[in-house]
Amino acid sequence: MLSIKNLTVAVNGKEILKDFNLEIKAGEVHAIMGPNGTGKSTLAATLAGKEDYEVLSGEVIFKGKNLLEMDADERAREGVFLAFQYPVEIPGVSTTNFMKAAVNAKRKHNGLEPLDAKDFLKMMNEKSQLVEIKREFLSRSINEGFSGGEKKRNEIFQMAMLEPSLCILDETDSGLDIDALRIVANGVNKLRNAERSFLVITHYQRLLNYIVPDFVHVMFGGRIVKSGGKELALKLEAEGYDWVKEEVEMI
Amino acid sequence: MSDSDKIIDEVVGNDYKYGFVTNIEQEFAEKGLTENTVRFISAKKNEPEWMLEWRLKAFRAWEKMEEPTWQNVHFPKINFQDIIYYAAPKKKKEIKSLDDVDPEIRATYDKLGIPIQEQKLLAGVAVDYVMDSESVITTFRESLKEKGIIFCSISEAIREHGTLVRKYLGSVVPQRDNYYAALNSAVFSDGSFVYIPKGVRCPMELSTYFRINAENTGQFERTLIIADEGSYVSYLEGCTAPMRDENQLHAAVVELITHDNAEIKYSTVQNWYPGDKEGKGGIYNFVTKRGMCKGVNSKISWTQVETGSAITWKYPSCILKGDNSIGEFYSVAVTNNYQQADTGTKMIHIGKNTRSRIVSKGISAGKSQNSYRGLVQVHGTADNAYNFSQCDSLLIGDKCGAHTFPYLEIKNNTGKVEHEATTSKIGEDLLFYCNQRGLTDEEAVSMIINGYCKEVFQHLPMEFAVEAQKLLSISLEGSVG
Repeated sequence: MLSIKNLTVAVNGKEILKDFNLEIKAGEVHAIMGPNGTGKSTLAATLAGKEDYEVLSGEVIFKGKNLLEMDADERAREGVFLAFQYPVEIPGVSTTNFMKAAVNAKRKHNGLEPLDAKDFLKMMNEKSQLVEIKREFLSRSINEGFSGGEKKRNEIFQMAMLEPSLCILDETDSGLDIDALRIVANGVNKLRNAERSFLVITHYQRLLNYIVPDFVHVMFGGRIVKSGGKELALKLEAEGYDWVKEEVEMI
Repeated sequence: MSDSDKIIDEVVGNDYKYGFVTNIEQEFAEKGLTENTVRFISAKKNEPEWMLEWRLKAFRAWEKMEEPTWQNVHFPKINFQDIIYYAAPKKKKEIKSLDDVDPEIRATYDKLGIPIQEQKLLAGVAVDYVMDSESVITTFRESLKEKGIIFCSISEAIREHGTLVRKYLGSVVPQRDNYYAALNSAVFSDGSFVYIPKGVRCPMELSTYFRINAENTGQFERTLIIADEGSYVSYLEGCTAPMRDENQLHAAVVELITHDNAEIKYSTVQNWYPGDKEGKGGIYNFVTKRGMCKGVNSKISWTQVETGSAITWKYPSCILKGDNSIGEFYSVAVTNNYQQADTGTKMIHIGKNTRSRIVSKGISAGKSQNSYRGLVQVHGTADNAYNFSQCDSLLIGDKCGAHTFPYLEIKNNTGKVEHEATTSKIGEDLLFYCNQRGLTDEEAVSMIINGYCKEVFQHLPMEFAVEAQKLLSISLEGSVG
């Protein structure tokens, strides 16, 4: 699904990701943890194709294609989805209209006809149930006046609508209370299947109680310094990052 | 050049698709403006003596007036002796039916997407086609006549409905109201006249399509709409001009009058040639538009989508004289490249319980400057007046400017005036968010802008709302990338 090799990325001339490597196979859920400023969000933004993230070296192959050659919008239509840490507001544009444009842009990319109103509404209904979003919520302007939890739920709803191959969750758990966290995690779990992969970026182990990962990686100084199973997350929660740091420094 | 600049250049870098010239035989007045020019125009139009006198009074007033300079737009001084004040397609024969229209003129309007016909696309809209200084033809006149509605060119109205015109012309915008209104009063050429009789709800949209064709010519149209007691009309004007390197002056006057319980809804989609990407050429659109809610419970609503012109300078206003009357102003003004706009409204509350609402959305891109200027005036007589104003500015890129000049003059303490203003920017984060959902920059900008203008678009007649949305995307094409 996704193969990142020796990726080095700079922002404003400063190297943030250094010789970063990661393989994600179809259907796998990978969690990336690590203290602040280690490059977790840079990884997410680079994969999604945000400007100002300068790739100095390395390659990223997504479903057999060179991801780095594509613009952000093309990557999205190819099936990369980023659930934003800070989703933006778009006044006057309802989630419904936004999704209609996005879903049809993707369908066009895949050589399909746009969905007619009836099928689209049916799809909206189905997917909104996944994240327990009310119908009237979808006719409101995107994220305008939404609470933190509502914004994140809306992100997961959009993820469900766009049916991506690779879902990147950038600290989706930040700012969520426990109920919102559960709803968001349930939504994600319902979207898990054998073809879809997840890259879950988080500070806290808490989220991983709900979204159980196949692999946990610890990032430090722009690269992965330790990988393991879900038990690694528990150890980090109990003991903090210091022991990882020490291990790294010993090498 | 940064990526966001590139986007802006791409989105802004579109071509004006209405910029062609029609080759038709034309008649002109001699260049320049003297009393003789005024007499020439009046004679060309076979006007009665009173009309000529009215024009001459305006001309003499204009001669003594000074050009205003308080507006936030900048342009070289206009040489008023270097303009042709009358240009008209030469009539080959009397136009009695649609079939008599010159095929070249017909082809022009076809190309503009508003074919001269009373069917298909425009079945629900009666159109007055004005080219330069003359009305070409007005459709659906007969079916409107059955209801007592008069819809014709102002020249014809002066000849055929003199009493009405004489009573109302200049009653809302007097000859000496301002420099450009005085100029217009002296030399106005054509425009539309509408009269809706008592109790009649006009069954179709009325529309005038203004086209500048001739070179070095000013267009000075005059529109007068009267809604008698209990009547209703929805009117739309559209306009385009060829691409030329020199600037052309368009100084129109529009007067609206509503009697008791009447309503006029006036919509404008203004798409005059804005000049090229370097700011060369384009129309100076200096317009006086004012409505008088004369009767009780009457209502005037202005909706404007301004995308064209090198300079737009106008304030469609409402004088709320009748008790309980309502004035509304909904505006989207888009400026790109080197365009300048200073536009807004005046709401003059005189009657009791009068209400007004202002929603202005300015969008600036490229190196353009966009100003909102609005006056809310509550007279001592206007008990319980209420005004709500909302002025939003949206910036695309970092080389443009947005300005807001709200003026409030309140002389009655029972009134209530609310003002809200916001400024926002289509930043990289917003674009990236849309890109990440699979939308291209163009799709994203178009969606963001349409969302931003939704409140105004919903006041346009359906088919024009769709047109306005398209126009907006075209105007801003290339402004992000």
